[in-house]
Amino acid sequence: MISAILVMAGIGLALGLILGIAEIRFKVAGNPMAEKLNDILPQTQCGQCGYAGCKPYAEALAKGEADINRCPPGGEPGIHKLADLLGVEPKPFGEGVVAKPKSVAIIDESTCIGCTLCIQACPVDAIIGASKQLHTIVADLCTGCELCISPCPVDCIHMEVIHETVSNWKWRYPVIPIHSEGITA
Amino acid sequence: MSRKIRAIPGGLHPPEHKNESNGRPIVVAPLAERYIVPMRQHIGEPAQPVVKTGDRVLKGQMIGAPEGRISAAVHAPTSGRVAAVEQRPIVHPSGLTDLCVVIETDGQDEAVAMQPIAWRDLEPGELYTRLTQSGLAGQGGAVFPSHIKLIPGGNPIQYLILNGAECEPWITCDDRLMRERAEDILHGAAIMQHAIGARHILIGTEDNKPEAAEAMRAAAKALDLDAKVVVVPTRYPSGGAKQLTQLLTGVETPSGKLATDIGIQVFNVGTAYSMYRAVELGEPMISRIVTVTGHVSQPGNFEVRIGTPIQTLLDLAGGELDHCTGHLVGGPMMGFELGDATAPVVKSVNCIIAKSEALFPHHPPAMPCIRCGQCALACPAQLQPFDLYWHAKSKNFDRAEAYHLFDCIECGCCSYVCPSHIPLVDFYRFAKSEINARNRDKRNAELARERHEYHELRLEREKKEKAERLGKKAAERLDKGAVTEDDPEAARKKALLEAAIAKAKQAKEAAQPKNVENLTPEQQRQVEEIEARRKRESAAQQNSEQQA
Repeated sequence: MISAILVMAGIGLALGLILGIAEIRFKVAGNPMAEKLNDILPQTQCGQCGYAGCKPYAEALAKGEADINRCPPGGEPGIHKLADLLGVEPKPFGEGVVAKPKSVAIIDESTCIGCTLCIQACPVDAIIGASKQLHTIVADLCTGCELCISPCPVDCIHMEVIHETVSNWKWRYPVIPIHSEGITA
Repeated sequence: MSRKIRAIPGGLHPPEHKNESNGRPIVVAPLAERYIVPMRQHIGEPAQPVVKTGDRVLKGQMIGAPEGRISAAVHAPTSGRVAAVEQRPIVHPSGLTDLCVVIETDGQDEAVAMQPIAWRDLEPGELYTRLTQSGLAGQGGAVFPSHIKLIPGGNPIQYLILNGAECEPWITCDDRLMRERAEDILHGAAIMQHAIGARHILIGTEDNKPEAAEAMRAAAKALDLDAKVVVVPTRYPSGGAKQLTQLLTGVETPSGKLATDIGIQVFNVGTAYSMYRAVELGEPMISRIVTVTGHVSQPGNFEVRIGTPIQTLLDLAGGELDHCTGHLVGGPMMGFELGDATAPVVKSVNCIIAKSEALFPHHPPAMPCIRCGQCALACPAQLQPFDLYWHAKSKNFDRAEAYHLFDCIECGCCSYVCPSHIPLVDFYRFAKSEINARNRDKRNAELARERHEYHELRLEREKKEKAERLGKKAAERLDKGAVTEDDPEAARKKALLEAAIAKAKQAKEAAQPKNVENLTPEQQRQVEEIEARRKRESAAQQNSEQQA
């Protein structure tokens, strides 16, 4: 009887010790879930979710502090991916949050006074310029976060929707007509 | 000498319809009134226009400069005035517009000085450099800039294959070109062989073009060029680069690789002909042969300048007959509907087919897939088209990729044989472009994330540096202060300053208004009243300011 208790206690202790050591030895730096969530987010760094960027939002999501429907640039597909990963039901965007078409910021170069305020606001350093020099936006790097618009004192930045061109055109999902025109005609 | 012809898997033999257009010699098209030259005629980056509205251009003058590594130059097809540099409808399945240079012909067809290249004396690297401005692009369909295929220092090339199979129904431009200009094609092949150092030249053609094969053989003999003409059985799609390579050499191009990776380089016969013109005559690529066939009164082949409106070309072939139901660009297997007949001929256009209900009956409505497996038998890439269809239809792109979607050459055999008339290739094209767009978005997001992280890092660093700088300055000031405490010079200055301030104060106090002496009591009272009112007003103002 006593020996059985001792054996069980001994096994418990030994396993506890191994688990304890393993926790210290194989500690994962950072939150792996937050990393995975961050991979799904579109990295616009726009802050429309209420967090300072995509990574803070991913961290809040991983901790269960944030809702999954706070990312307009990710759109509906983004919500579905987040829901899949977190094992929750996808939900529509909340009040006042709408997915917008992808756009880029454009600086009206005749109005720009070279104040550098937009340069400081850009989260991905996509604006080139210096004090009292004309600024311009590198369209390929612009994520369309709109963070540069409100700091501009002369309102010379506007968003332009990226239109379909031959280079970004995609084949459509094939639509198969139910009634052939040839038959009905 | 006979070569063993290896078979390719799959494929089919649709009605050829070659006789409509291959009986007449190539007609050199007269100058059109206006040419519309798109800047994007090749795979890769579009060319950048280097002319502006109002400029006079000469035939062969560069009007679009190549941009980036994979790009090709664009040249003026004839002399004239640039009427516009603007968006125009182009030949593209989307029906979208693209940047074009519109040239109004002056009828003189005056050319820039054409400079032939003495290629035999040039190193391959030198030849490549000279060809980067020639605007050559593959005429087989993919329009890959040709000079890039000639970059020396790649894999050693065993075989140079000239693709004259022209397996798609209706098209006969390569057939006529081989019959009529075989020697020029072989000149081009010799230049290519020199550039890439290929050991053997193989010319592949199908057995439905015996005259072309004969002409090529005769030309090889006349030029004393070691080029073997190999005739393969007529079977679609033997003209696919990978398929022809396998037919001629027995080597299968591995999945995800190019023929170059296994020491084989494939060029279309039309590209070889343009190579000859570019090198021996110094003429950049400003024309090509186009088949106009189908529901037109005089089908045939035409040598047209790049930029000729397609309607002009159709009129050259006698115009469409009555009840024309539209046009196809390319063949019926891989081609697409032409949206706008004002769109111009570009380097990739090999054939224009006018459609009629009799020649191209309306596609019956699609029925559900019955998993009969006909498509798998027909697939030349040995894929499982019905599985790919299933995954593409359900937008399960990862699975589609796992089933080697990107090995699909979009030949259209599966759609052709499908008893349920499912437009299978449309689904593959949809899935491919979705996957490509997704990968592009992923790359962009990755870049944005990197840049954002670097941005944060930089802000942090700048903050730290600023704090350090300020700290250093404060410390310096403190050090200085400690030193100057009993510095006689500083004490003297301070005393002087204080004396000056005291003097100014005294002077201010001493200053009395000169007009307030000897006042009558009446005047004194008025002054006091005014003073009192001023005080009240200023107090009231201060109050309201504070409240605000």
